[in-house]
Amino acid sequence: MPEKQKENEEYNELSFFKIISKYLRQYSMFFFLVLIMVIFQVLTNGILLRPLNVTNIILQNSHILILAIGMLIIIVLGHIDLSVGSVAAFTGAIAAILMINNAINPFLATLLCLLIGALIGAWQGFWVAYVKVPAFIVTLAGMLIFRGLTIVVLEGRTIASFPPIFRSLSSGFIPDIFNGSQVHLLTLIVGVFLSLIGIGIMIHIRKKKQAYGFMVESTAILAFKILGLIGALVGFCYILSMHEGIPNILIILSLLIFSYHFVTNHMKVGRYIYAIGGNIKAAQLSGIKTKGVTFWAFVNMGVLAALSGLIFSARLNASTAAAGNLFELDAIAACFIGGASAYGGVGKVMGAIIGGLVMAIINNGMSLLGIGVDWQQAIKGLVLLMAVAFDIYNKNKAS
Amino acid sequence: MLEMREITKLFPGVKALDNVNFKVKQGEIHALCGENGAGKSTLMKVLSGVYPYGSYEGEIYFAQEQCQFKDINESESLGIVIIHQELALIPYLSIAENIFLGNERANKGIINWNETIRQTKNYLDIVGLKEAPETLISNIGVGKQQLVEIAKAISKKVKLLILDEPTAALNEDDSENLLKLLLSFKEQGMTSIIISHKLNEINKVADSITILRDGQTIETLHKETIKITEERIISGMVGRDLENRYPTREANLGDVIFEVKNWNVYHPLHADRKVVDNVDFYIKRGEIVGIAGLMGAGRTELAMSVFGKSYGNKISGQLYKDGKELKINNVSDAIKAGIAYVTENRKENGLLLQESVTKNISLASLEKLSKKGVVNQYKEMIEAKVYCQKLQIKTPSIFQLTGHLSGGNQQKVVLSKWIFAEPDILLLDEPTRGIDVGAKYEIYTIINELASQGKGVCIISSELLEVLGMCDRIYAMSEGKMMGEVMKEEATEERVMGYMTRTNEKERE
Repeated sequence: MPEKQKENEEYNELSFFKIISKYLRQYSMFFFLVLIMVIFQVLTNGILLRPLNVTNIILQNSHILILAIGMLIIIVLGHIDLSVGSVAAFTGAIAAILMINNAINPFLATLLCLLIGALIGAWQGFWVAYVKVPAFIVTLAGMLIFRGLTIVVLEGRTIASFPPIFRSLSSGFIPDIFNGSQVHLLTLIVGVFLSLIGIGIMIHIRKKKQAYGFMVESTAILAFKILGLIGALVGFCYILSMHEGIPNILIILSLLIFSYHFVTNHMKVGRYIYAIGGNIKAAQLSGIKTKGVTFWAFVNMGVLAALSGLIFSARLNASTAAAGNLFELDAIAACFIGGASAYGGVGKVMGAIIGGLVMAIINNGMSLLGIGVDWQQAIKGLVLLMAVAFDIYNKNKAS
Repeated sequence: MLEMREITKLFPGVKALDNVNFKVKQGEIHALCGENGAGKSTLMKVLSGVYPYGSYEGEIYFAQEQCQFKDINESESLGIVIIHQELALIPYLSIAENIFLGNERANKGIINWNETIRQTKNYLDIVGLKEAPETLISNIGVGKQQLVEIAKAISKKVKLLILDEPTAALNEDDSENLLKLLLSFKEQGMTSIIISHKLNEINKVADSITILRDGQTIETLHKETIKITEERIISGMVGRDLENRYPTREANLGDVIFEVKNWNVYHPLHADRKVVDNVDFYIKRGEIVGIAGLMGAGRTELAMSVFGKSYGNKISGQLYKDGKELKINNVSDAIKAGIAYVTENRKENGLLLQESVTKNISLASLEKLSKKGVVNQYKEMIEAKVYCQKLQIKTPSIFQLTGHLSGGNQQKVVLSKWIFAEPDILLLDEPTRGIDVGAKYEIYTIINELASQGKGVCIISSELLEVLGMCDRIYAMSEGKMMGEVMKEEATEERVMGYMTRTNEKERE
């Protein structure tokens, strides 16, 4: 028995240092994101975090972040989807045909486009899950097929001017019902309200942990976390409220991030996804229907790709044949920068979002500094390589 | 010939080797024994330069010269060649290409194929492997692959051959051949070191046996001076006399709980090959049934096809539980019917190596832990803790990745996963493969405990002694057929082995 005690003591002594290094490793990309934000904030003399610019970053990148969510699930399963850019362009084109050429109700048209996205996902999922054609090939084919179909549908032209209600999907803001003159009051109220919900959830989790007899963090740490949460949420909403308030698209994006985070981390289906990606044979022998999960992951990807295409078209207020070019690569890069493993089984929704934001900030920051698109591409490529190399180096060191 | 003096190797927080002394004489077969984690592989890695000079303390002398290997190439150039447990062959290259991999018969970078093939034939003759040099590695069995590894070693002008668990994946015939080959090499003057868990084999071939325990040399036994018995080796390895390798148990049999009738399975790729041929068998409540057989007899195929048709094609036959017929079309049906299958290959088919102990244990029982699709992670952690205690899984925490656990503890995680699924029938495929004597005993105890709860247990094992020691009733399979059934009281090695090899004899007649 005394031996065991000794072991425990050693473990405890190490633990403080261990925890710090573990956090650094686990959240290294988050710290990196904060770091580049600080760097660009300094380099641009404070333009980066100005209300207008923050709003712009959200509006310009939400379609990529939405793709990254779906892509993460595909990558965790051990697959890849190269077709999302083309699928986004295709559904954007269909949306234009429906709404502009045929004057169909925007809500109905949106629903139809999402349904088409689901069907495309089902088509690709069928080949990957049931026929076992490698996803790389199926979606490479999809990339060509749907790019081609986009041009066919648009007859090579650009179709423009969506109805205002549809455009507000990605350029509208929540109304300021309280009519604050300088600041957008409702945005601030939402910020406070969300903080309260966040605090409620944290306390609920803590109580539940205690009820099951688990160790909980000290009240000091909890208070620190709560302050951090309030600071981040209210601060963020304050910046937004200085411009036009919360963009509509941010609401959709936040809901998606929150729900997919919950599904992948707390639901059975999430476990199935990680199990299949980690060891498909073990998953099968544990009673998981691996084909079904893979199929539905592609359906899900199709729907999100369609949504991304709609958002992009709404923002451009036009559908063009060239829309969605290289979206797939941005989404894939976001997942890998965010810590997903190219071999499957590892990766988090939050990681993919952080990865997407890293790229977004680098893009935006360099644009503000007047660096050309050519250099932006090259630097983004380097960041991707360095991020993944750093991640692998870290993992090797840990084991 | 070889002397390793006072070798000490530290890993962060662990002393893997502690002043180990190890001497090998010219021309002998020297066995290295010890439980998993005793330091055998570490010692061999120090010797072969995988851990370079300077990363350990102590001295190595080979052929009277002090050696300071920086990497594995340096030790190989002196003729020290190690064959690892996991074979390092490339499946889609030919035998010849594999033998000369990194050592090509080439002139100015252009490979001389004629010379390559000629020399390969020569080496294949030496190891007695009758295959064409052009045959792909993926087309030959593990036993033959092992011979290719040895041929590769010989091609490097080997003076000291080190074999790490060479027979772990081989069936009895192939093992026998391999050991004979080692003996014939010995007569030609080659020195070899063999690491093995199979004590009967060591006893058969080794001239000297060095036993390691907890990173220390316990003793070196020489065949010339004393008579070595398996019990003698075991007591050295575990540091106490292990009177009985199998825990005793009072069998308390009930009614038949599970019955398989007229079971037929065809090979998934070769549609006309019958892998399981009209098999009948049953298990009673509280009974431990064994299925013995050589590799390729169809035992794993039988178990996996019963377990939700996870193997094979055109499966036909009936399954009964408590006399009622079961309709099982997939694994989740099988789990719901109370059947569990513990795979023979835990790393490939059993575990999520990148996931925690907790998530592995819960994987087959998420249904139980969830409400409306949401997993109750607190309940899950509590259950994981309970099983870690119950099965004495040695892990720093329940969040440890299973990939970082030792083989015995990994096996216990797999067992926990299936016990947690609360099955009535357990099909255990090679439940103690590749784990050490102490952990084996613990796993046997767990199996006995399961039987005493009234579950039906079926053990598939290639270790005949294990089947004889654990089971109440033994079936012997050969070439897809059940060849015989023996009760524990009448079971002898010879009798079961007789059934296991029966078809072959018939064909010969």
